[in-house]
Amino acid sequence: MSTQPSLSRRDFIKISSVAGAGLLLSFYLPSKDELALAATGEAFAPNAWLKIDNDGIVTITVARSEMGQGVLTSMPMIVAEELEADWKKVRVEQANAHPTKYGSMSTGGSFSVRGSWQNLRTAGATARELLISAAAQTWGVDRSTCRAENGKVVHSSGKELPYGQLASTAATVHAPTGVRLKDPKDFKILGKRLPKLDTPSKVNGAAKFGMDIRVPGMLFSSIERSPVFGGKVKSFDASKAKATPGVRDVVQVDSGIAVIANSTWAAFQGRKELSVQWDEGQYANQSSEAIWQSLEEMAKSRGSVDDYEGDAESALAGAAKQVEAVYYAPLVAHVTMEPMNCVADVRSDRCEIWVPTQSPQQIQNEAARILGLPVDKVRVNVTLLGGGFGRRLQTDYGSDAVRVSKAIGAPVQVIWTREDDMQHDWYRPCTYNVLKGGLDKDGWPVAWMHRIAGPGSRGLVVAGSTPPYAIPNFRVDSHIKETGVPIGAWRSVGPSQNGFVVESFIDELAHAAKKDPFEFRRHLLSKSPRLRRALEVAAEKAGWGKPLPAGVGRGIAAVESFGSAVAEVVEASVAKDGSVKIHRIVAAVDCGPIVNPDTLEAQVEGGIVYSLSSVLKDEITIAKGRTVQSNFDDYRILTIDEMPKVETHIIPSTESVGGIGEPGLPPVAPALCNAIFAASGIRVRRLPIKPADLKKS
Amino acid sequence: MASITLIVNGKKQTVEVAAETPLLWVLRDTLGLTGTKYGCGAAHCGSCTVHVNGEATRSCVTPIEYCEGKTVTTIEGLSADLSHPLQKAWIQEDVPQCGYCQSGQIMSAAALLIQNPHPTDKIIDDAMRSILCRCGTYPRIRRAIHLAAGQKGGK
Ligand code: FES
Ligand code: FES
Repeated sequence: MSTQPSLSRRDFIKISSVAGAGLLLSFYLPSKDELALAATGEAFAPNAWLKIDNDGIVTITVARSEMGQGVLTSMPMIVAEELEADWKKVRVEQANAHPTKYGSMSTGGSFSVRGSWQNLRTAGATARELLISAAAQTWGVDRSTCRAENGKVVHSSGKELPYGQLASTAATVHAPTGVRLKDPKDFKILGKRLPKLDTPSKVNGAAKFGMDIRVPGMLFSSIERSPVFGGKVKSFDASKAKATPGVRDVVQVDSGIAVIANSTWAAFQGRKELSVQWDEGQYANQSSEAIWQSLEEMAKSRGSVDDYEGDAESALAGAAKQVEAVYYAPLVAHVTMEPMNCVADVRSDRCEIWVPTQSPQQIQNEAARILGLPVDKVRVNVTLLGGGFGRRLQTDYGSDAVRVSKAIGAPVQVIWTREDDMQHDWYRPCTYNVLKGGLDKDGWPVAWMHRIAGPGSRGLVVAGSTPPYAIPNFRVDSHIKETGVPIGAWRSVGPSQNGFVVESFIDELAHAAKKDPFEFRRHLLSKSPRLRRALEVAAEKAGWGKPLPAGVGRGIAAVESFGSAVAEVVEASVAKDGSVKIHRIVAAVDCGPIVNPDTLEAQVEGGIVYSLSSVLKDEITIAKGRTVQSNFDDYRILTIDEMPKVETHIIPSTESVGGIGEPGLPPVAPALCNAIFAASGIRVRRLPIKPADLKKS
Repeated sequence: MASITLIVNGKKQTVEVAAETPLLWVLRDTLGLTGTKYGCGAAHCGSCTVHVNGEATRSCVTPIEYCEGKTVTTIEGLSADLSHPLQKAWIQEDVPQCGYCQSGQIMSAAALLIQNPHPTDKIIDDAMRSILCRCGTYPRIRRAIHLAAGQKGGK
C-alpha cells in the first residue's frame, strides 16, 4: 500500500492504492463529543473510507450505526455528489469497532450527517480531482480540459474513461491542494428522493439485526434480573431450571441469573423455573407517588441556576400581570421494536461481539474492562439496529453477553424479553416544572422563571429549557434527584420534555395577554430569524387564522434542536368522552442543505409518531421499586389507524447542516396540547393526556 | 420432545422439539429462518406474523404441534427475488426505517390482499392495526399496500 501525504490542512484524508487494484481514501468524520478534540489536531484516525475498484464500483464504508434514520444511504449520497459518481455503482459498508482505527463511531445527537457534511464532501471532491488528474495524465492533456460526470472523466474532445479504468492511476498521481466543492445549485444527487440502499434487504428477511446473528456453536441465554432497581441476588435455586428440556447451564452474572439453552424458547422456559431470592436494596419501596412528591418538595427551593438573563425575580414582582403553572413530564420508555440483545464469543485471549449498538466503542471498552483484555483484542461487529432512539447508547446488553460467554466458555446470544426491555430501560426523566411569567401592561413578557426537578443528570433534565424568545429577564434553575430509576437519553433528549413545557407555557402567556399565539411568538422571535421563519412557514401552510370546523382547535409550537429549526401546527378536537382526535399536522423544517427529502420526511413523521405514542398513550410508572408496565398491552404505542395526516414542508435554507432524526419530535406535544386548549379551553399540563381529564361534564 | 413435520416455504421439514415450542422459535432457532421477528412474545405486536395454511398467524403464540402437516410461509418464502407485488411496492415507497417490524407488516399485508385484493384505507387500518411499527412507517405502509393492490384508496 502506498500512501501519499495528506492534502488538507485539517489533515484528515489519506490516499492509497488498494493492492494495485483501485483507489482508497481514508478520512475522518468527527462525532459530537469529539469536535473539540478534532479541532486540537489529534492524531489522524480515519473512520470512513472511499474505495473505487477497477470495475468502477464505489464503496463507502462508514462507522455509524443504521437504525432506520437512513445514515447508510445519506452519507454515501454526500460523497457521491462531489465524486460525480454513478449512483447505480455506489455501495455502502458498515465498519466494525476498532479503538484506534476508526476514531469515534458513536451515533447520537442527530449528528452523523451534520458533523460529517464537510469532510464527506471534501473526500468525494478529492477523489474526483485525483480521477481527473489520472485521466489527463493517461491522455497527455491538460487537466483543465477534463471534467468528471456520472462515473466517468470526459475530455473536451468527447472521449471518456470510466472511473474503474482510472482508479489505480488515480492512487499514484499528485494530490491536488485546496479542492473546490460544488456549488449547491449544481447538485445532482443531494436533494433527490433516492431510495435507501438497504431497503431491498428489509423486505425479504435478509437484513441481519443483532437478533439474527448466528455463530457456530452459539447458545442462547436469557437473564433473570432483579425486579427492583439496584437489587442483588441473595440466593437462588437452579435445580428445576437446569432440568428444563434444552437448558444447558445456569450461571450467576452481574445483572442476575443467566439461563443458557440450545434455543431461545428453552432459555425463556428455564427462566420461569428459577427460584431467586433478591436483596432488594434501598429502592425496594420506590414509587411514582414518592418520586413526584420528592420532586415537588425540592422545587420549593431555588436550585442551581442553569441559565439566566437580567433579573427575573424583580421583573416578575414588578410585572403588570403574573401567570403561574406547574407542568409534569412523565417517565417514558424507548421500546425499540427489537429488544436488547448481543452475541459474544469470549476466548482466553480475545473476544468477538456482534451487537446492534449506537456505541460500539463503549461496548468494546466495557468488554475489555470486564475481561481484563487489551482493547485491541476485542472486536465489535455492528449489526443493523431494530431501532435505537438513544436506548442503544447504553452498554448493559453488551456486558451481559460478554459475562455469560466468559462464564460458559462458548459463544452465546443474550436476548432480553420484551418485558426485560421495558422494565430495565434507561427512561426519559420525569420532570416537575414550576413556571412563572410576567407580562407588562401591553401584554409582552418581561419575566420568565422555570424551575425543574427531575432524576438523572442535569444535561438530560435541563437541555432545551432556555426559552428562544426575547424575554429581557429569565432564569432556569434545577434540582437533580437520585431515585434509583435508570435515566437516559430518549429520542430528542431534553428538548422532548422541555419543548412541551416551554412551548405550552408561552402559549399560556399569549392567551393571558389576549394575543394570537402565533403572532405573539413571531414578535418575540425577532432575534431568532431561523426559528421565526419555520414558525411563519408552518402557520402559512396550515392556514393559520382561517376558520375551522366547529370543535376543532389549532395549536402551534416551534423548537430549535440538534441544529435544526422545526415548527408544527396541529389541528385537533376533543370528543365528549375526552378522547382526542388529531385531524392534521403541518411541519415546517429548516435543517440546512437537504441530503434526501424522502428520508427527511420519513424522519419527521417518525419523530412525530414516536412523540404522540408517549403523549396519547401510556407513561412508565414505578411501584415497589419496579417498573409497572411490561409489554405493549400496558405500554401502548400508536397504531396505523391512529396515524394522523402529516404534511412536511422543507424550508430552502443556506443555514449550516442540521440533524433530522430528532428535531421533528419536540414541537408536536406542545402543538397538540395548545390545539386541545384552543378546541376545549382545557390546558394540559401533565402528560400523557388522559381522556378522563378532558371529558366534558 | 415431539417430532413435527410441516412444509416451510415449500420444503418439507421435520423438527424434534418440545410440542409447545412456539413456531417463531422453531423458525428462528431450529430452521435458521431469522426473517421472522420477535417483538413481544405475547401476540401484541405482529412482528412475528407468518402464514399458516395461507392465514396471517402470530408465530410467537402458535405451538409447533398445531403446525403438524400444515403449510407455513415466512418472509423468506414470499418470493425468492423480490418479485412479490408487495415487496416491489415496499421498495418503491421506500417503506422501512429500521426495518425490524417490516416482515410482519408485509406478511400481514400479503394475507390481507389474498382476502381483499383492493382494500380501502379503512380495511387496511382494520387488518394492520395490531402490527406495530415504532419507527412510524404507517403512512408509507398504507401507500404501499394501495400500490400493490393497483388502486388508489381513500377514506
Ligand atoms: S412477537 Fe408475536 S405478536 Fe409480537
Ligand atoms: S421500521 Fe422500525 S419498527 Fe417499523
